[in-house]
Amino acid sequence: MRKLLELPQTKFWRIVFFLILLGGAAGLYVRFMYGLGGATNLSDAFPWGLWKGFNVLAGIGLGAGGFTVAATVHVFNLKRYRPILRIALMTAFLGYSLMAVALTIDIGRPYRIWHPIFMWNEHSVLFEVAWCVMLYLTVLSLELAPAVCERFGWQKILTWIRAISAPVVIVGVILSTLHQSSLGSLFLIVPEKLYPLWYTPLLPVLFFISAVCAGLAMVIFASWQSHRALGKQLAVPLLDGLARVLAVILLFYLSVRFVDLSRRDVLGVVLLNRRETWLFLLEIALLGIPMLLLFQSRIRGSAHALYICSLMVLFGFVANRLNVAITGLESSLGTHYLPKWPELMITLSLVSVGFAVFRAAALHLPLFIEGEPQLEAEKELEPVSV
Amino acid sequence: MGLGILYDSTLCVGCRECEKACAARWKLPYNDKIGAEEQISAHKLTAVQSRGDHFSRRLCMHCDEPTCVSVCLVGAFQKTALGPVIYNQDKCIGCRYCMLACPFKVPVYEWSSRLPRVRKCDMCFDRLRAGKPTACAEACPTGATACGERNQLIAEAKKRIAEKPDQYFPRIYGVEEAGGTSTLFLSAVPFEQLGLPVNLPNAALPKLTWQVLSRTPDVASLAGVLLGGIYWITHRREAVAAAESDPLRERKQ
Repeated sequence: MRKLLELPQTKFWRIVFFLILLGGAAGLYVRFMYGLGGATNLSDAFPWGLWKGFNVLAGIGLGAGGFTVAATVHVFNLKRYRPILRIALMTAFLGYSLMAVALTIDIGRPYRIWHPIFMWNEHSVLFEVAWCVMLYLTVLSLELAPAVCERFGWQKILTWIRAISAPVVIVGVILSTLHQSSLGSLFLIVPEKLYPLWYTPLLPVLFFISAVCAGLAMVIFASWQSHRALGKQLAVPLLDGLARVLAVILLFYLSVRFVDLSRRDVLGVVLLNRRETWLFLLEIALLGIPMLLLFQSRIRGSAHALYICSLMVLFGFVANRLNVAITGLESSLGTHYLPKWPELMITLSLVSVGFAVFRAAALHLPLFIEGEPQLEAEKELEPVSV
Repeated sequence: MGLGILYDSTLCVGCRECEKACAARWKLPYNDKIGAEEQISAHKLTAVQSRGDHFSRRLCMHCDEPTCVSVCLVGAFQKTALGPVIYNQDKCIGCRYCMLACPFKVPVYEWSSRLPRVRKCDMCFDRLRAGKPTACAEACPTGATACGERNQLIAEAKKRIAEKPDQYFPRIYGVEEAGGTSTLFLSAVPFEQLGLPVNLPNAALPKLTWQVLSRTPDVASLAGVLLGGIYWITHRREAVAAAESDPLRERKQ
C-alpha cells in the first residue's frame, strides 16, 4: 500500500495523512451508523451543507481545468499546451470522482445513486447535472486512457482511442459547459432565499466563467505541486500563458459580476455592515488581487508567485461556492450552519486521498510529457487523419 | 381545477384537533409534548402555531406548479389532477433539493433514520380519492380548516371577507403566490404575521429554471457546431501548412 501510493517522505506529512484518514473513517462510521442527523449539523431548516457546497459544487468546478485545456489543445489546436494536458485531465478526473464519492455519502440513501439513470425528470436542473457528470466522467476516462495504455503498452486500444479522440473532446467540452453552468442554475429557484449579492439570473453564466478560472488555477497549482514534491519539470512558459488567460478571464468575471450587481440595483447592499458583506468582499479580494498580480509579467515569470496567485484564485472560487450554497442562504433560512466533525473529516479525507492519488498517478503514469517523442509521431499521423 | 384546503385563521381556536387527526392518519405518535412543538418535522406533518393573538397552521401548500415536482431529479413528486402533491418514497435518493427549493419550507427529513425519507402533508390523497375530506378538515370543530373544490373555497373566502370586512385582512393567500396553491389562507392580519412568506413572485418558481434549462438542446447543438467548426479550421490550417512544406509533395501527387 505504501509503496503503491508513494507517500511523502517526511514523517510529519505521513502521520498527518493517516490521522486525517482515521478521522474520515470514524466519520464514515458515524454517518452510516447514526444517519445524516448523527453525522452532520444539517436540519430541516438547513438541508444542504459542506458536502454539497464544497465537495460537489467546488469539486466539480476545480475539475474544470480538464475541459479547458482539452479544448485549448485539441479544438483550438494550440499544441504547445500539450505537456500540461494530462495534468489538467487528472485533476478533473480526481475532482469529479471524489465529488461522486462525496455525493454518495451525502444523499440519504446512497444505494439509490443509480436512480437518475432510469428515473427521469427533464425539468430538474439536478437531473441534467447528474447526467452530464456521469457522461463527462466517461469522457474523462477516455481522454486519460492513452496515459494508461502507454504505460502498459496497449497499442491496439491506443490507436482505437486516438481515432475517436476529436468527437470525444468536443462532447466533453459541451458536457462541461452545460453542467458547470447548471450548477449555478440549481440556485435560480431560490430567489427569495439567496442573498442578493449572489442571487442573479446570471448565476449559470457566472458559474461557468468562474469554473474556467478555477480550472486554470488548478492546473497551475497541480503543476507546481508536482514540481515541488516530485521534481517534475515545471513548464513555466506554458504556465505563464495560462496565467495570462486566467487574468483576462478573472477580469471578465469580475466585470460581469459588478455590472450585474449595479444593473440589479443591489450594489448598495455592499455597504451594509453584515456578515454577507464581509464574505462577499473576501471572495472578491481573493479573485481580484491575483488578477491584478497576474497582469504583471514579472509575477507570471516567477513560479512561486504563480503558485501563490493560483492558490488565491482557488480559495476565492471555493469561497464563492460556499457563499452561494451555505452562507448566502443562512439569513433567509433563519439559522447558522457550521459543519460537524464527521462532515469536516470526511471532506478532508477525500481531499487528502485526491492528493495521494494524484501523486501516485504522477509517479506511475506518463502524465508529464517532456521529451515529446510522441508529438513527433502525431505530427505524421494527423495530416493522414484529416 | 382540483381540491384544496382553506384555513381561516380568524376561526382557529388552537385546539390542535387537526394535528391529532393528522398524526393518527399517518400513524405517528402524538402527545402533549409533540403537540407543544410548533414546527413541522418528520414526526409532525402539520403544526398549529401561536402568533401573538392569532393562530396559524403549517402544512403543504400543494402548489399548482410545485417547486418540489420540478427540482426532484428522479421525479419522486407529482402534482395530481385531484389537487394534492404526492411523494413516492421508493424513487427518492435523499438529495434534499426539494427541501432547499420549497418556498414554503414544507418537505422535512427523517434525519435520524438510517433509511430516511422525505415527509410532507399529502392532503390525505387516499381519503380524497375515496370522496372523503382531509383528516384535518374533518376533525376541525370550528370550521377553521375546510376542504373542498378550490374554486368554491375561493368563492367562500371572498364571501367571508365581503361579509365581515373589519375582521379580515382583505386578501386570500395562495390564489396567486408562487403561481397559486391549493392550500389557501385567510387572516385578520397581514400574512407575514402568520409566518407566511410574502416575498414570493406570483409566477411559479419552476419557470425560473425552465427558461434556462429548456435551452439545453440549443446550447449543446450550437456548441457542437461551433467547436466542430473551430476544430476543422485549426486542423485544416495545419494540414495545409504541413502539405505545403512537405518536400515529398510533388511525388505524392
